[in-house]
Amino acid sequence: MIAVAARKALRDFVLDVELTFGAGVTVLAGPSGAGKTTLLRIIAGLVRPDAGRVALGETVVEAPGLHVPPFRRDVGYVFQEYALFPHLDILANVAFGLAARGVRRAERERIARAWLERLGLATHARARPATLSGGERQRVALARALAWSPRALLLDEPFAALDAATRERVRGAVTSTLAGLDIPVVLVTHDPGDVAAFAAPVVRIERGRVA
Amino acid sequence: MLVRAGVALASALLILFLAVPLAALYAHLSPARFAHVLGSAAALDALRISLVTTVCSLALTLLLGTPLAYALARASFPGRAAVDTLVDLPIVAPPAVAGLALLFVFGNRGLAAPLLNAAHARLAFTTAAVVMAQLFVGVPFYVRAARAGFAAVDRTLEHASATLGMGPVRTFVRVTVPLALPALAGGAVLAWARALGEFGATIMFAGNLQGVTQTLPLAVYLGLESGDLDLASALAVVLVTVALAVVAAARALERRAA
Repeated sequence: MIAVAARKALRDFVLDVELTFGAGVTVLAGPSGAGKTTLLRIIAGLVRPDAGRVALGETVVEAPGLHVPPFRRDVGYVFQEYALFPHLDILANVAFGLAARGVRRAERERIARAWLERLGLATHARARPATLSGGERQRVALARALAWSPRALLLDEPFAALDAATRERVRGAVTSTLAGLDIPVVLVTHDPGDVAAFAAPVVRIERGRVA
Repeated sequence: MLVRAGVALASALLILFLAVPLAALYAHLSPARFAHVLGSAAALDALRISLVTTVCSLALTLLLGTPLAYALARASFPGRAAVDTLVDLPIVAPPAVAGLALLFVFGNRGLAAPLLNAAHARLAFTTAAVVMAQLFVGVPFYVRAARAGFAAVDRTLEHASATLGMGPVRTFVRVTVPLALPALAGGAVLAWARALGEFGATIMFAGNLQGVTQTLPLAVYLGLESGDLDLASALAVVLVTVALAVVAAARALERRAA
């Protein structure tokens, strides 16, 4: 479970929300610039709120006088432009979080290959991200965020960088992958099509508040 | 038509002006004479001193310059603009001025003399002084290039690394440095080349003692002064050849960085 109560002054308004996300997918919807991404970044520890509290399960990671840095939060994050490491091949990208956990090389590669297999990317293991299509990159980003078994997963506009046809196709793979997870998954989108595609609870945010 | 002819003439003159003196250096000695002169004690000493001191100053450049370059690229702190200017200063300041400044601090009657005397240490006119002079004039080239290289690394990639459990040091080693590597290597090559060619600061702060502080450029100067033109030109050929290789390497790295 993710419990977040956060206040953060943004340029035009103040983000001020109090939300709880249970296991399974929750769609965080709302227009662009409503504060959705900032909320995700606060949960991940990439942005510090002006005031507030974040708990992941029983563990408090953000509170007055307490800021657990992102690398100690165990929260997977899929960035809008995917942020794949351009200097590493796909396998090393997916295995990156496992390396951080100190998993041995052979085991890392086994797990990473299983994820590539599952998302239909097995033939790309040794390719560099730059050679992949947008849809493939998106799936690599998802595999990378999940391969190291985080205790929550955050996705920031995972389909926004794709063209319409690819988006339809990729959504299927993502919905089925996310449906099988028993961790909290928060998916941020401004696209009504995404909201319809996920049979999941929807929280709407507008100008920094739950609408 | 007239303009084109003028451009061609000016370009040709400048190219000749740059190329002919360098060609004359290479033409001065026969290969056999070159090999013989290069085998002399003075030449071998200068080669050894230059190699040892530039390796040391390059190591110090990387060790001390990398953290500063990263801080200048990423952190905001009071006096950042002043530090930026200070780092660039040795690039434009005359090396002789740098040598004098180093003497004022580390010389026998310099600011740090009481400390050095208490430790029974002497810096001026030692091999260590050569390294310090090279560091002083060379490190700005590395810090400038590394700062630009670090600044060009997409911060989202560092954030991605953090959300995958990598702490700041491991993120720096696994993500930031590999992505900035062409810029870091280019800066290191330039800093090393500047250190290898260093003359003014070295002769003021370290002197010109064969086998102790006499580097290649100093030996070239001494060869000319003492009438040993063959020694001067043989070592000059070594320096120019290295310089050509450095320019080629820096070009190649620039292309990779772009």
